Amino acid sequence: MSTITNKLTVAPSPHIKDKVTTKSLMLNVIIALVPAGVASVLIFGFRSLALIATCVITCVVAEYLFNLVRKKPQTIGDLSAVVTGILLAYNLPSTFPLWQAAVGGIFAIVLVKKLFGGLGQNFANPAIVGRVVLLISFSEAMTTWLVPHKVIGGYTLVSGATPLAVTTASDLPSYMEMFLGLRGGALGETCILALLIGGVFLIVRGVIKPIIPVSFLATIAVCSLLAGEDPLFQLMAGGAVLGAFFMATDYVTSPVTDMGKLIFGIGCGLITMLIRLFGSYPEGVSFAILLMNIITPHIDSLTKSKPFGGVIKK
Amino acid sequence: MSKLFSKSLSGVKVPHCKNTAASETVKMPVPDKVVIPMKQHMGRECTPTVKLTDLVKVGQVIGDTDAFIGAPIHSSVSGKVTKIDDIIGSDGTPIKAVVITPDKLQEVDESVKAPEVTDLASFAAAIRRSGLVGLGGAGFPTHVKLMPKNLDEVTTLLVNGAECEPYITADNRTMLEETDDIVEGIKLVKQYMELSEVIIGVEDNKPEAIAKLQAAVAGLDGVSVKSLKAQYPQGGEKVLIYECTGKIVPEGKLPSDVGCVVLNVSTIAFIARYMHTGMPLVTKRVTVDGDAIAEPKNVEVPIGATFGDIIDFCGGFKTEPKKIIMGGPMMGFAVPTLDYPVLKNNNAILAFSAEKTAEAEAPETPCIRCARCVNACPLGLMPAAIEKAFNAGDVDALKALKVNLCMECGCCAYVCPAKRNLVSVNRLAKKMIERSK
Repeated sequence: MSTITNKLTVAPSPHIKDKVTTKSLMLNVIIALVPAGVASVLIFGFRSLALIATCVITCVVAEYLFNLVRKKPQTIGDLSAVVTGILLAYNLPSTFPLWQAAVGGIFAIVLVKKLFGGLGQNFANPAIVGRVVLLISFSEAMTTWLVPHKVIGGYTLVSGATPLAVTTASDLPSYMEMFLGLRGGALGETCILALLIGGVFLIVRGVIKPIIPVSFLATIAVCSLLAGEDPLFQLMAGGAVLGAFFMATDYVTSPVTDMGKLIFGIGCGLITMLIRLFGSYPEGVSFAILLMNIITPHIDSLTKSKPFGGVIKK
Repeated sequence: MSKLFSKSLSGVKVPHCKNTAASETVKMPVPDKVVIPMKQHMGRECTPTVKLTDLVKVGQVIGDTDAFIGAPIHSSVSGKVTKIDDIIGSDGTPIKAVVITPDKLQEVDESVKAPEVTDLASFAAAIRRSGLVGLGGAGFPTHVKLMPKNLDEVTTLLVNGAECEPYITADNRTMLEETDDIVEGIKLVKQYMELSEVIIGVEDNKPEAIAKLQAAVAGLDGVSVKSLKAQYPQGGEKVLIYECTGKIVPEGKLPSDVGCVVLNVSTIAFIARYMHTGMPLVTKRVTVDGDAIAEPKNVEVPIGATFGDIIDFCGGFKTEPKKIIMGGPMMGFAVPTLDYPVLKNNNAILAFSAEKTAEAEAPETPCIRCARCVNACPLGLMPAAIEKAFNAGDVDALKALKVNLCMECGCCAYVCPAKRNLVSVNRLAKKMIERSK
C-alpha cells in the first residue's frame, strides 16, 4: 500500500507556475542597462561609475532602512531599488556632485516609492521624479555638461551644452557621433547604440512590449517632421531613447492594456515635443513621462480589455 | 501587441510534460474496495438505490436522480455493499458514497444489453441510462447536451481532443487506441442530431493522433480534423468553439446558442461502445504521472477505485509525495488523502514531490502591474484589476470586470511574477457577487 508520512498539501489550482518572478524581471532590466553603463564609462570616464554606484547604494540603503524603521518585511531582494538607482544615475550629468545624487536617490525611494506603499503602489516613476526634483533643486549642477570634443587622435571632454541646447550649428555632433553617444548629455542617455541593444534585449526576453517605445519614438519623429525639425536629430539628441525603452515602460506607472500603452506612448511623445518646441526647457522627456504617469489611472479606466463574449447590461 | 492584431485568443505556453503519450493503456485489476460517490457530474446528487449488504453486479444502477441535469451511477464491480457514508468531495463538501467490497468475479448485471435506438429521444434516453457525463473534466451530463432547446439551430459537433492540460495523455490514448469508436460515435451523434459539420480539434503536440484521426475520417462527409496551436487552454469549451469556428459564445449563453455541441473524444468513443455493448460508464482511462510516481502510465480503472490502489498499481511512490492532484496541474483539485476515489470525469492522478510542490507555493509579493495576467487571459479579463476590486469589496466593479466569465483556467496565476493567487481571488469574487444578490 502506498503510504505517506507527511501531510499532503491542499492548495487551489494552478499547481504549476511559471519561473518568472519580480526579481528575475528586474534582473533582466539591470542586464539590459549594462551596455549603456559601459558606454557611459567609455565616454565620460570613471566618474560615471562613481555616480551609478552612489545612486544604487543610496537607493538600496534607503529602502533597507525604511523597511527597518517601519518594521516592514525587507524588500531590497526584489532588485527594484537597484533599477531605480541605475536609472536615476543615467539621468544625471557626469559631473554631478555625488552628495546631490544621493539626495535624489533618497527622494526617489523614500518619498516617491515607499511612502506610497512600496513597489507597485507608486504613482510615478521614482527615478523620473528623482531627476525632476534634482533639476529644480540643483539647476546649475544638473545643466553643467561635459561634451566629448573631437581632437586629433580621439576625443577629449570639454564643458559645453547638450545638442538640444546648442545654438551654433558648428557645435552640433554628427549622426554617427550621436548614435555612438559622443555628445553632451546625461551619462546614460547618449549612447543610442547601447540603449537599443538593451531595449531589444528586453523585448526579446518578453520583459516589455514594444508598444510604448515604438509609439513614443514614432510620435517624436512625426511631430518633428510636422514642425520642420530633423526627426533623427530629435530622436537621438536628448533622452528620448533612454526614456522610451527604460523609463516609460515601467510597469507600475504605465497602462496595463495594449491600447492604453499606445495612448501612453503617443502622449509621452507629444508632450516631449511640445516642451522641446515651445517650452522653456530644452528637454522634455522626463516631464512628459511624469505627466503621463499621473494620468495613467485614467488611461487604464478608459482602456479596459473587452471580456470575451461579455454582455454589457444597460 | 498581440491583442491589438491577433485573431487567436490568448493563453499561456505551459510545459507539456506529456511523458505518458506513448504508454499504451493497461487495465488495472479489480481492487479490494471501491468507493463510488453519488455525485460525479454537474447537477443533482443521486440517491443510493442499494442498501447495506446488498449484492451488486457490474453495470447495476446503484444511484439515480429524477432531475434532468443528472445521470445515474453504476457499480463498477460485482460484490457486496459494505458501507454507505459521507466522504469529503473535491470541493470540500461532504457527499454520500457507496462502498463496495468486490468479489472479484466481475459478474455482469442482467440489465446490461445494447440499447435499441430509433431517434434522438431514444438515443438521448439511452445515453442517460449509460450514466455518461462529459469525460473531459467538467462532468456535464451528456444527454442534456444532445437535446438542446434550439435543436434546429445546432449544426456543428465539435469533438474536443485538445487535451491542453500538461501531463494528461488519456485522451491522446483514446484517439490512438479507440479511433474507430470515435468515428462511430461521431456518426451516431451526427445522424441523430442531424448535424452538417463535425470538427475534431486536437492540439498540434499530438501529431500521431491527428494523423490517425485524419486517415479515419477521410471520405466522411462534413467531418474534419483541426490541428490547434498547442497553447493552454485550447480545450476550454468557449476557446475551442472560437478557435474551430470563429464563433463567440455570449455571456450567459450555451454552445448551442451559437449552433455548436461540444463533446470530448473519450465521451464520443464511449457512446459508440455503449451502443454496441450496453455496458454503462463503469471504467475510466486515467493518466497517472508526476515526479513522485514510480511508473507513470495510462491505466483503465474501475470507477471508485481509490488513488492509493491505483498508485500502487503504478509501482507506488518513487519519492515522498507532497501533493496529490485529481486532474491536471492547471485546473485539478489537490486531494487531502489517498482514499479519494476516481470519478467519471477524472482523467489524471498526479503526485508531486515536496520540491515540485514548492515551485507553485512561492509567497505572494506585491502586484507590479506587469499586465502578464491581462495578456494571458483567454477571455480578455483583467485579473489584477479584479483582485483590486475584490480587496476593496467593490461588487459593482467586479460585475463590470465580468469576473463571472472566468473559467478558472489558471493562466493568470501561472504567469504572475508576483505569484499572486489570482484564480482563488476570482473564485472568491464570484462568491462575493452571489452573496450580494
